[in-house]
Parts: sequence; C-alpha cells; structure tokens
Amino acid sequence: MQSIISINSLHKVYAGGFKALNDVNLEINRGEIFALLGPNGAGKTTLINIVCGIANATAGSVKVDGHDISSEYRQTRSIIGLVPQELPTESFETIWSACRFSRGLFNKPANPAYIEKVLRSLSLWDKKDTISVQLSGGMKRRSLIAKALAHEPEILFLDEPTAGVDVELRQDMWGVIAGLREEGVTVILTTHYIEEAEQLADRVGVINNGEIIIVAEKDRLMRDMGKKYLTLHLQQPLTEIPTKLSAYQLELSDDKKDLIYSYDTKREGTGITALLGDLSSAGINFNDLQTSQSSLEDIFVDLVHKNS
Amino acid sequence: MNLRGIKAIYRYEMARMFRTVVQSIVAPVLSTSLYFVIFGSAIGSRITEIDGVSYGSFIVPGLIMLSIMTESIANSSFAIYFPKFTGTIFEVLSAPVSYGEVVLGYVGAAATKSLIIGGIILSTASFFVDIEIAHPFVMVTFLLLTCVSFCLFGFILGIWATGWEKLTIVPILIIMPLTFLGGTFYSISMLPPVWQTISLFNPVVYLISGFRWSFYENADVSVAVSLATTIGFLIVCLLVVRWIFKTGYRLRS
Repeated sequence: MQSIISINSLHKVYAGGFKALNDVNLEINRGEIFALLGPNGAGKTTLINIVCGIANATAGSVKVDGHDISSEYRQTRSIIGLVPQELPTESFETIWSACRFSRGLFNKPANPAYIEKVLRSLSLWDKKDTISVQLSGGMKRRSLIAKALAHEPEILFLDEPTAGVDVELRQDMWGVIAGLREEGVTVILTTHYIEEAEQLADRVGVINNGEIIIVAEKDRLMRDMGKKYLTLHLQQPLTEIPTKLSAYQLELSDDKKDLIYSYDTKREGTGITALLGDLSSAGINFNDLQTSQSSLEDIFVDLVHKNS
Repeated sequence: MNLRGIKAIYRYEMARMFRTVVQSIVAPVLSTSLYFVIFGSAIGSRITEIDGVSYGSFIVPGLIMLSIMTESIANSSFAIYFPKFTGTIFEVLSAPVSYGEVVLGYVGAAATKSLIIGGIILSTASFFVDIEIAHPFVMVTFLLLTCVSFCLFGFILGIWATGWEKLTIVPILIIMPLTFLGGTFYSISMLPPVWQTISLFNPVVYLISGFRWSFYENADVSVAVSLATTIGFLIVCLLVVRWIFKTGYRLRS
C-alpha cells in the first residue's frame, strides 16, 4: 500500500532531558486505520504532536504525503486533522462558529453544506447553536471531531477518542471512525482500550519508552503472537498436576477443577492429541472442554512487559 | 498566503469583543471619561492653560494614549494567553498558518479594538472640550503605530505569561506607572529640572508628546525623536515575536 506518513529516525528530547522518542521509524498507509498502542508516557502524544506541528522534533524527519513537515508545513498541515486527548474548547463559542473558524484557519472557503453534513454525521446538528460550556463531555469530544473534520482532512489523528465516554457513545464513535475509513480518510488512533484497536484497526503499532516495539497487521499480530488455550473441566478436582504431565506445562485453576493447556497453532503439532492420551492413561477424566484465544490486550501487555 | 486563516482569527477575536462589549468597550471608555471629568474639572479649574491650550483639551491626547496603550496590551495578551490556558492553541499551531499570519490575525484584531476605543474617547471628549487636530495624518500615524506596537508587546506578554498573575503584573507594575508619569496629565516642562531629565528615560513620554503635537503643535520632545522611538519600539517587538515563533518559545515544546 502507498504510504501517506513516513517517519524516519525521529528523536525527541524535552528541555528537561527526558527522552520521549528514540529513533522512531514508522510508515502509515493511505486509507488505513492505524492504532498506536502504548502505556502512559510511552510517547504516543509526542509523536502525534510532532507530526501535526505542535511540537518540534529533536532529530529525524517526517513526511506527510511526500512533503516535509518543517519546510512544507502548509501542504502537510492542510491535510491533517487532530482531535487531542483533552477537551480544549472555547467555552462560549457555538459548535457552528467553532467549525467555521477551523475551516477558515485551514484555508478552506466557507462551505456551510459540508459542515452541516459533518455535524449531522456526528449527531450534532441539533446542537449546532449550543455553546461549548453547555455540552456534555461526549458532545464536546464529538464537537472536536467535527472541528477536526471541518477542513476535509485526508489524515485524522484521534488521540484517545473514547476516553471518558460511555459505552453507547463509544460504539457510536467506532461507527464514525469506520465511516471515515469508508470515505478514504486515513485514521491514526491512540487508545487505552485495546478492545477499540481490536475492533477497528487494520494495523497496530506498539510504542513503549519512546521506541516502536512492533508494527504489524492486527490479524497477523494476533495470529503470530497470540496463544490458544485448551481448558479441560475435570470430573474430579486435582490436588496437583502429576509429574508425568509436566512436559505440557499445564496450569491448574484455583478451584482445582480445570486444567489449562496453552499451545501455539503455528507449531507443526499442537500436542493436544498426546495430552489427551496421557491424561487418559493417568486416569484423569474430564466432562467438558473448550478453547479460547488470547486477546490483543494479552499480546500488548506481554509485549510491553518484555520490553520493560 | 493563508488569507482565510488570518480572516478566521481576526473575525474570531472581533466576535469575542462584541460578545463582551461592556468589558471590551464600555469599561475603558467609562474609566477614561471619569479620568477626563475628574482631572479636567477638578484640576482643570486650577490650571487654566498649558502652553496656550486649556487643561481639559490638553489632557485629551494623553488620555487617548493611556487608554489605547493599556487596552492594546490587555486585548492582545489575553487573546493569545487564553487559548494557551484552555489548550485550544493546539489548533492554531497545527494549522497551515505562518507566524506572520497568526500575528496579523491576533494583533490586527486587538489593534482594531484599540482604534475603536481611541475613536470613541476622542468623539466623547469633543462633547466636553474644544479639540483641534493640527496634523491629522501625523495623529493617525502615531495612533496606528502605538496600537500595533503595544498590541505586539501584549502578544509577547501573553506568550511569556505562565499564569494570570504574570499576565497582569507587567501592565500594572510597569506600563501603568510609566503612562501616568509619561505626561498624560501634565507637560514635563512643569516638572523640576531633575525630574524632566529622568522623564526623558520614560519611552511613553515620547509617544504622548508626539501624539499631543499632532493636536496642538506642543511637544515636550522633538516629533522626529518621538516618531523614531515609536518605530524603534515597534521593530523591537516585531523581532521578539519573530524569535518566539522561530524557537517556539512557550508555544511549541
């Protein structure tokens, strides 16, 4: 796929000496939803701020649609929209005038019909004349998305788009983000809700301590790094796992009624057939079994833990 | 050039002024009118004329200058400090606007507000005293230069300030005393020789003197020196603003 953002050897050291980004290299593909995951202080917001022009890089280069973000900032910034993590709004501005301001600021001619379309898509049309201070947190976040979309950006950065919003609104937001992708907008989102990335993202990047640990297609990441679990519900609780089964590295649940076997589907043999045979010969019977797969959250925690 | 960006900032700031018309226009005009009534009536009854001009008429240019200087600083410092305080500055920083365009938008709007206030005060004063403008072109030049340079100074102040206290400390502790001691209500020729010399180190003396000259052709210092001082202050402010945007000082981390 064609790259729309190209980040090369990006470093950021703050005035106090804190190294926020360390040799970050990243390519974002046109039209994809890219989820940037990382714990607090990992460097997600710093990375976004540099690409958008809010922070200066210490070293390295960033190109957006082939243009350098420093020397050709007009071209790069005009196609980027940003929804920040906090909810900074002009308290006494209406949603409508705030969107009109954003559009003008990004050098776009007035287009009330387009702003109306954006506000309707975000279920904000009936609130267009409401001032920001009278909006709920969820509505404020929507209004910030509307402002970010007011200049018809090709790239949209969403920094924690669903932080602090209720479950219903989060589902709505996901619908909006998916809709943007349908329209060809490249979406880069940071989130603490791994479920969000699992639901929406085409590709996932994990950042920790200012370094990109991994970038991969979400499905592939889950397939390659995820594990499957076989849980056997025993007929009789076990006091301990027999030593002859130690090769399987089984886990016994706290109530001693379940045996859990983790296996890798990519391996030639999963070991399940052999395990079942050995259980039978050991006289351990079970009355039910089930399989499950590790979530993106499990993989994320595992990656960050290893990196730390 | 991003003309729409400049227009957006300008309109946004002007809309804020009209939303808060009492605070933005009525309050400064009222306070200046009070100065005019109190100083013009109370003191004016004892000082009949200064350099052949009635005291009431004499203080009008100084009062206009006093008002536009304080309002220019207050308007532009608040205009840039408030988005910094609320966090909405991120949008301006991430927009395809150059620093010159940002300055034009914010400083242009603040200077417009100051000009409106100056015009209203001048019109109001004309109801009470006789006002002559001997050199209208020079008067407008001084007015514009003062508005723009003090708006730029306020803009710098707004970027420098990291809290509300810092935002008000410079206008209250530095600008206000300099303005009051800069010949708003008197001619520095009325002071003892030592204080006349000390006053010449006050840059506001040059502004008020030049502006007053455009009305009554009376000046404490040469008009050319007044003009040069004002232009010099403007250039210094422009250079500082350029440095701020080039380095990102207190704007870009």
